[in-house]
Amino acid sequence: MKRQIPLLIVIILGFIFVIHVFVPHKASADFYDWYQTWIKAISPFMVLLGIMSLFMVHSTKIKRKVPNWQYSVVTLASLIGTGAVGFIWGTQAGTPFMWLFKNVQMPMGATMFSLLAFYIASAAYKAFRARSTEATVLLIAAIIVMLGQVPIGIKISKLIPEASHWILNVPNLAAKRGIAMGVGLGMTATSLKILLGIERTYMGGGK
Amino acid sequence: MSFEVISNFIAAFFTLSIFSFLYKDNPFYKFAEAVFIGVSMGYAIPLVYQDIFIPFVYRPIFVEYKFLILIPTLIGYLITFRFSKNLSWLSRYPIAFSMAIVGMGVPLSMHSYVLVQMRSAMLPVDNINTALIFIGTVTILLYFFFSKEHKGVYGKVTNIGIWFMMVGFGASFGYTVMARISLLIGRIQFLLGDWLGLMK
Repeated sequence: MKRQIPLLIVIILGFIFVIHVFVPHKASADFYDWYQTWIKAISPFMVLLGIMSLFMVHSTKIKRKVPNWQYSVVTLASLIGTGAVGFIWGTQAGTPFMWLFKNVQMPMGATMFSLLAFYIASAAYKAFRARSTEATVLLIAAIIVMLGQVPIGIKISKLIPEASHWILNVPNLAAKRGIAMGVGLGMTATSLKILLGIERTYMGGGK
Repeated sequence: MSFEVISNFIAAFFTLSIFSFLYKDNPFYKFAEAVFIGVSMGYAIPLVYQDIFIPFVYRPIFVEYKFLILIPTLIGYLITFRFSKNLSWLSRYPIAFSMAIVGMGVPLSMHSYVLVQMRSAMLPVDNINTALIFIGTVTILLYFFFSKEHKGVYGKVTNIGIWFMMVGFGASFGYTVMARISLLIGRIQFLLGDWLGLMK
């Protein structure tokens, strides 16, 4: 009841999905539509779990007055505030909800990702200090690809955009293809392990 | 002060607060980070409610009277028992239901990641580039074959695979850097242009 039935659900539905891929029958298509309808009804509760988790983590921090607990208050206030704004004024363009997205969430998201430009530069420096042949090949390829994307590249030499194009279409393609095959075999093996009930960690611990 | 100026000022404050992390962790960054987490999660709530809960849960049950949807709704609700000490096993039911889709992953990942890639790699080797792609793919695959020790001629062949991978990683690295740099340029354009008005 606690483990066997969920495991049976995965095995039975999983094997039906395997058959579904090979059988273009109406019953197979109906099964897929049915699953989509049900999984969409289940999915909002997954988000609810995320919200509950966030609330529990931060409310515990506030209750215990752990160091920097004040920021947990800010997190929860932002969460409640943004959610409330969306429910009260709607989510269409021109509403306070979209104002929050445009002036708070989007600038911070873009800045967070742009921070990586600095850290990636420091990673490149560390790779260069390794002074191995492989690291040098990596950096030369990276520099050519980067210069090939910007106007200064063509000003240095007309060959740079061509070399960048060649790197992306030939050695990069070979690398991506070789790795993709490994990834594909890994995905297939892991999926099979789940289907056959060998891999059960997704069910969590306990009895 | 117009509403747009205030909006830009707020966006600039959060942008600079995040950038301040480049110096070191500080209260401005921590504040912006806390707001970012809260707003990101808060942003998802009304959208999930409006785009998923209403059309796929509320409307079928309360408007169209499709009471069968009560079953997945109840299964979904069981996920909230994850935090219960005694009833956390109930949360395995929605997880199991959503995990079933991996059944599709078996033939589809085999098809798209392995068979299609193999077929593409077996095009007629009629020029230097197709030959290089073929050699690169094979040597990379040989590199990941660990049942044979990478020594002697075999070691040299797998070493070619490493070189191909390094060029591939370099290309991905270069692409990632450029994507981040373009985001950085966007933020600097916002700060100098929209906020301070120093750029047009």
